[in-house]
Amino acid sequence: MTDAAPPGAGLGKDLVGLEGLTGDQIRTILDTAEPFKEISERRIKKVPVLRGKTIVNLFFEPSTRTRISFEFAEKRLSADTVNISATGSSVQKGETLVDTARTLEAMRIDMVVMRHGSSGAARFLADRIPSNVINGGDGQHEHPTQALLDLLTLRDRFGELDGLKVCIVGDILHSRVARSNIWGLLKVGAEVAVCGPRTLIPLGIEELGVSVFGRVEEAIEWSDALYVLRLQLERMKAGFIPSVREYNRVFGVSAERLERAKEALVVLHPGPMNRGVEIDSDVADGPRSVILPQVTNGVAVRMAVLYLLAGGRPDAAEAAKQGET
Amino acid sequence: MPGTTGGREKVMDRDAVEATLRELAGLIADRTEDPADLMVVGIRRRGVELADRIADHLERAGFAPVDTGSLDITLYRDDFEQVGPRPVIGPTELPGEITGRRVVLVDDVLYTGRTVRAALDELADFGRPRRIELCVLVDRGGRELPIQPDYVGRRLEVPPGRQVAVSVPDLDGDLCVCLVDTAEAG
Repeated sequence: MTDAAPPGAGLGKDLVGLEGLTGDQIRTILDTAEPFKEISERRIKKVPVLRGKTIVNLFFEPSTRTRISFEFAEKRLSADTVNISATGSSVQKGETLVDTARTLEAMRIDMVVMRHGSSGAARFLADRIPSNVINGGDGQHEHPTQALLDLLTLRDRFGELDGLKVCIVGDILHSRVARSNIWGLLKVGAEVAVCGPRTLIPLGIEELGVSVFGRVEEAIEWSDALYVLRLQLERMKAGFIPSVREYNRVFGVSAERLERAKEALVVLHPGPMNRGVEIDSDVADGPRSVILPQVTNGVAVRMAVLYLLAGGRPDAAEAAKQGET
Repeated sequence: MPGTTGGREKVMDRDAVEATLRELAGLIADRTEDPADLMVVGIRRRGVELADRIADHLERAGFAPVDTGSLDITLYRDDFEQVGPRPVIGPTELPGEITGRRVVLVDDVLYTGRTVRAALDELADFGRPRRIELCVLVDRGGRELPIQPDYVGRRLEVPPGRQVAVSVPDLDGDLCVCLVDTAEAG
């Protein structure tokens, strides 16, 4: 037909991370997400495009919003979904990841959305099964759909990502959200900075073209958007920060600190929030917060990713990979 | 090179298309008892601008402001398994509740009927119109589904290896109908 595009718009079989995508591929996903926003506003929130596809949501780590967001996205595209969580499944009985996946494949599935505690688990699985694999967060590696929904939210607000100044605040070292956002933002031309305790900033991050702020006040003055990460409380036990109270006093994003910010500055957070730790309630619920639009956009972006991958084929994936190097 | 215009043969120029759209609007008007009931909905992409032009003609002919909308049928296509995803999807914008209304669907070319099938399915997800009619600028035959138009601008015989290309000003900078070689229609 006249307007035929290559399968998957060149995305390939899987979405493992944003590191392997080009700026154009990321923009294609964001553009495709636009019309999917409207479907969630319809009375009948459903289109038939993935009718007959079976999607397994395989969650080895607890997750509420990511899993539910994927499930809404899948159902609104008319796919059939099955949720598997690590507790109460054969995973607990010691089954390996590949055995679990092969068992699922034997039941004729089409796509797997996986969250796993080990970095690299998504790539590992994607290389071993013919189904499409979407990374729903793997260890400290990547969480690509989170970063895509963040990019979409920023684009909604600013119209343009090129040249936008975004600072990620918090535990950069252990954060897959930070990693995916850094890759995504750099590829679409944004300027990226990070800010946090020295112990939680990866060594050599400047080599990626990322600036580092030691003081959150400086970060706030510089930024168009402030991306506040959740502080994993177990980091304190591991000795990365002295105390939660200390963290809030030095790095907490408060309304008072934001008085020095640009007028248009927005605040993002991937959720779930520790109110009073990394972000104060008057910011989270204030006019600069785009935290709820992030959640809304999450469904649209995941619909776009599912849609674009569903028609992808291994040969196209190979071609895409070779084109990247 | 022989074939002068690269195998592109203009069969309707701007004036001919305008006159045909005016006629189509007249035919729709003849069947309209209650203008407030009418909704003119274009199928993306080129049907949308044609629908707007038909609505303009209706308004010039004295009808109250005509409700217009657009429908992107990409997610309702029946060739997803064959063709795969198309990354460019436009918005579907309907001007309000469609249940109980008379909807005139507008598209540029009617061929297999599969696009119209998809459009009918999509409309059904928005509500239950009292009546749905189909208006096309060009009917080139070749139906693969039992779908027939209510209003036809021009019927065209299309030789093998050729296809109909409708140009509209917003997308193509011109308003015309051409026959082109299938290979270069991309």
